[in-house]
Amino acid sequence: MQLFKSGTNFDFMGKRKLAIAFSAVLLLISVGALLTKGLNFGLDFTGGTLIELGYEHPVDLKEVRGVLEKEGFKEAVVQHFGTASDILIRIAPHEDQSNADISNRVMDLLKAHEDGKIDMRRVEFVGPQVGDELANDGGLAMIYALICILIYVGFRFEYRLAVGSVLALVHDVVITLGVFSLFQLDFDLTVLAAILAVIGYSLNDTIVVFDRIRENFRKMRKGTSEEVINVSLNQTLSRTVITSFTTLLVLAALFVFGGELIHGFATALLVGVLVGTYSSIYVASSSALMLGISKADLMPVVVEKEGAEIDDRP
Amino acid sequence: MNQYPAWKYLLVILVLVVSTVYALPNLYGEDPALQVTSTRGAEVDMSTQEKVRKLLAEAGIRYQNIGLADGQLLVRFPDTEAQLAAKEVVKKGLGRGYVVALNLAPRTPDWLVSLGAAPMYLGLDLRGGVHFLMEVDVDAAVRQAEERYIGDFRSLLRENKVRYARVTRYSNEDVDSEGLARSGVEIKFKSAAARDQAEELIEREYPDLELKDEDRADGYYLLAGLDDKERREVRKLALKQNITTLRNRVNELGVAEPVIQQQGENRIVVQLPGVQDTARAKEILGATATLEFRLADETHDVEEALRGRVPPGLKLYPKREGGYVLLKNRVMLTGDYIIDASSGIDQQSGGPAVFITLDGKGASIFSKVTGENVKKLMAVVFIENKTETRMVDGKPVKTRYTVEEVINVARIQEQLSKRFQITGLDSTNEAHDLALLLRAGALAAPIEIVEERTIGPSLGQENIDKGFQSVIIGFVLVLLFMAFWYRGFGLVANLALALNLVVIVAVLSMLQATLTLPGIAGIVLTVGMAVDANVLIFERIREELRNGISPQAAINAGYEKAFTTIADANITTLIAAVILFGFGTGPIKGFAITLSIGIITSMFTAIMGTRAVINLVYGGRRIDKLSI
Repeated sequence: MQLFKSGTNFDFMGKRKLAIAFSAVLLLISVGALLTKGLNFGLDFTGGTLIELGYEHPVDLKEVRGVLEKEGFKEAVVQHFGTASDILIRIAPHEDQSNADISNRVMDLLKAHEDGKIDMRRVEFVGPQVGDELANDGGLAMIYALICILIYVGFRFEYRLAVGSVLALVHDVVITLGVFSLFQLDFDLTVLAAILAVIGYSLNDTIVVFDRIRENFRKMRKGTSEEVINVSLNQTLSRTVITSFTTLLVLAALFVFGGELIHGFATALLVGVLVGTYSSIYVASSSALMLGISKADLMPVVVEKEGAEIDDRP
Repeated sequence: MNQYPAWKYLLVILVLVVSTVYALPNLYGEDPALQVTSTRGAEVDMSTQEKVRKLLAEAGIRYQNIGLADGQLLVRFPDTEAQLAAKEVVKKGLGRGYVVALNLAPRTPDWLVSLGAAPMYLGLDLRGGVHFLMEVDVDAAVRQAEERYIGDFRSLLRENKVRYARVTRYSNEDVDSEGLARSGVEIKFKSAAARDQAEELIEREYPDLELKDEDRADGYYLLAGLDDKERREVRKLALKQNITTLRNRVNELGVAEPVIQQQGENRIVVQLPGVQDTARAKEILGATATLEFRLADETHDVEEALRGRVPPGLKLYPKREGGYVLLKNRVMLTGDYIIDASSGIDQQSGGPAVFITLDGKGASIFSKVTGENVKKLMAVVFIENKTETRMVDGKPVKTRYTVEEVINVARIQEQLSKRFQITGLDSTNEAHDLALLLRAGALAAPIEIVEERTIGPSLGQENIDKGFQSVIIGFVLVLLFMAFWYRGFGLVANLALALNLVVIVAVLSMLQATLTLPGIAGIVLTVGMAVDANVLIFERIREELRNGISPQAAINAGYEKAFTTIADANITTLIAAVILFGFGTGPIKGFAITLSIGIITSMFTAIMGTRAVINLVYGGRRIDKLSI
C-alpha cells in the first residue's frame, strides 16, 4: 500500500506565496481573537471554586441556581456536564470569602434541598495566589521550551533552519491558542500541557524534513535551493502524512472516549497536530528559503566529517 | 547481511521478560483491606494481630487473611461491606494509639512481591481522594518572634534603669538578597550614652541578635533583628512544626498511605487517598492548638476519679501515651509566653532533654509560681480547638470543641525562670516530638488552604475506565492501520508497539511514578507517535527499493539512514517533556513522565526491537521481495 506514486513532485515551494497568505490570514484571525476575546481561562489560572455533582435524576438548572442565589452565591455559574443529571458549578473567587469552605457550604445547601442522594464527583478550589503562579509558570515553561529548542536546533542545524523551525512553532502555538480563543474553549492546565506537546510534535515533523533537506543539499550536485527543498518535501511527504494520521487517529480516540476531563487536552492536540503538519511543509521550509538558505550554508568545513561519513556508506 | 549478534537478541528478549514480569502486578486487582498502624506508645505486633483476629471473630466478620508487614497489620476482606463493618469493630476494640484505615491492597502474588514488583501508583484523579495545598504564613512566625522581643527589651532596660523613649517593631519593604523582608525591633533613646548602655545589655543577654546604631534627627536609635540565618531557621521551623502537626491530625483521620510533603519554602502538600468527606478533613486539619502548664495532683486516686468521683478543684486529663492524670484547675502559665522550644542533650545527665525559653513577662510569672512549688509535679497540657459540622434537622450546625491531652509530666527540681529544661525523657525521639508539640502549641504559624482538588470515587473509577478504553481503542486503530499499510513489516512494527506498551507500564510500576489521567493521555499520544520511527524506517526502505537496491541492502540502508532523523526528532519532543516536568504540578507532571518514558522506550522497541525480528525473518539469506 502506498500513499503517493513513487517520484511525486508537488511544487510545494512554488505555491509558497499562497501558503504565506493562508498562514497570514490564520495568524491574523488568531491574534485578533486573542486580542479582542482573550482566552477563556479555566479555574487553574483564575482561581475560584468548581464543583461537579451527580444527581440520581435529571436536574433543573434553574432550581439549583435559585437555591444558590438565595444563599448569596449570585455569581455561581451552573451548567450540565456530560449528562443531564450531572451538574457543574463554578464560583468566581470572592473578595470576602475566598476560602476553601465555599465548596462545603454549597454541598450542604444543595443536599438540604434534595431528597435523593447527591454524589460528590469533583471539587476543585484554587486560591488566587496559586492561580497567578500557575499562569506565570505556564508562560515561562512555554518560553523556556522555545528557547531550549532554538538552541538545540541551532546547534544541530544551520541557523536559518533553526529560525524557520521556531517560526513554524510560533505559528502553530498562536493558531492553536487562536482556536481556543475564537470558540472560547476552556483553557486549563491540561491544555497548556497539550500545547507544549504540540511544540514537541510540530518540531519533530519539521526536523524530519530538515534532515532530508540537509542530506539532499549535500548529495544533489545541481538544482536551485528551491528545487532541493521541493524534492526533500516530496520524499518525506508520505512519512509526514502517515505519522500525522496515526497520531490523529489516537487523538480522535482520546477525544471521543477519554471523557470530559481530557476534552480540552485532546482538542488542543488535534488542532496542533493538523497545523503542525501543514507548517512543517510550508512555514518552516519557506522561511528557511526566504532567509536565503543555500548549498554553501550546509557544506561548511565544520560538517566535513559528517558529510564524509555519509559518502562512505555502501 | 542483516544478522544481529547474539547479545542483541538476548538484550531484546531480556527486556521483554523483565518488562512482562514487572508489568504483571497490574493485572491482579485489589482487595478491600484494613490497615492498622500505631501512632505512638503502642506497637503493632503479634498480640495486636491476635486481638484483631478475636475482635473480628466475635463480630462474625469474615476475612481473607491477616498479616504483619513493615510494622503494620493488614487484613483483607472479600467485599467492602465486610471491610466497613470491620473498621468500626476494630477501631472501637483497639482504642487510642492505633490508626485504623481503609485501604485497597494489591493482590500481587508473593513471588512477584519478592522480586520487588508492584502495580502502578495511581494518582488521586484515578483512585479518588483529596489533595490540599496549604500555605504556611512563615513571615508571621518571624513577626511573632520579633514581637516577643519588644516586651523583653522593655523589662530588661527597666530592670537595669536604662532610660528609653520607646520600643517598637519596624518593617520596611526592602527585600534583601535572600528575598526575606527586612524587619526587627527599634528602640529610641534620648542620648547616645543610654543607647550604648542598652546595646551592651542586649548584646550580653541576646547574643544571637544583630544590632545596629542609627542616629536620626529625632533621636538615637538601636535596631535589633534576627540575622538571616536565624530568620531562615525560624521560617523553616514554622513549616516543620506545621508538617508535624498535620501528620498527627492525618493519623486521626485514619487514612492509608497519606502524603504530607513540603513544597517550596512555605507550602505543604497533603494528599489523602480515598477520603471523601472533605468537610471533616478540613476541620481536623485546620484545628488550632494551645498549651497550658498545670500542677499535677499526687494525693488523690486516679482510679477513684475515673469512676466519676473527681475531687473538687481538680480535673481528670488523658495522657498522650495512655492513662490518666489529675491536674489542678489553676493554670500556672499558658503557651503564649514561650519563645522557643528545642530538643537536645542534657549537659549533666547526658540524657535527652527539651529546652524551653520564656519571654520576660512569662519568666517572672513562672519563676514566682515554680518557686512556690518546688519538688511538685508539673504537667504540660496540649489543647486543640476543633470545629465540627453536624447535620441537625437537615441543617448544618457548626460546633466547636476542644481536645485536651497531657503531653508531659515532670517534677519541678528548682525555681525556674527564663530558660529551663525538661529531662527524664525516654528517648531522643520523644524529646524531639515533645519540642515540636510545644512549638505547635505555642508558636503555630497561621496556615491556609490555597488549593484543593477532590475527586469522588465514582469519577476516579470512570477516569480509569475511560483512560483505559482510549488507550485500547487508539492502540487497536494504529495496529490495524500499520498492518494494512506495511503488511509484513507492519506486523513487526505492531509487535514493537505492543512491547512498548508493556515496557511503559513496567517502567511506571518500577519507578512507582504517579499515573494520572493526563498521564494516560500521554500513553495514548505515545502510541500514536511511537510508530513514527517505524514509518521513517519503512518509508526509507521503500525508497531504497525503488532506487533499485537489493532487499537486504535496502533494509540496512533504511535503518541506518533513518536513525539520526529519529534521534533528532525524539530529542526535541523529549526537551518539551522535560520542561513540562520541571514546571508542571501534579497531573501535568504525570503527562510529562509518561510522555518521556514513552519516547525513550519507543526508540528502543521501534529500532532495536523491530530490527531483531526483521533480521530473524529475512537476515542472512537471499530474498527477492519484501512484504512492505
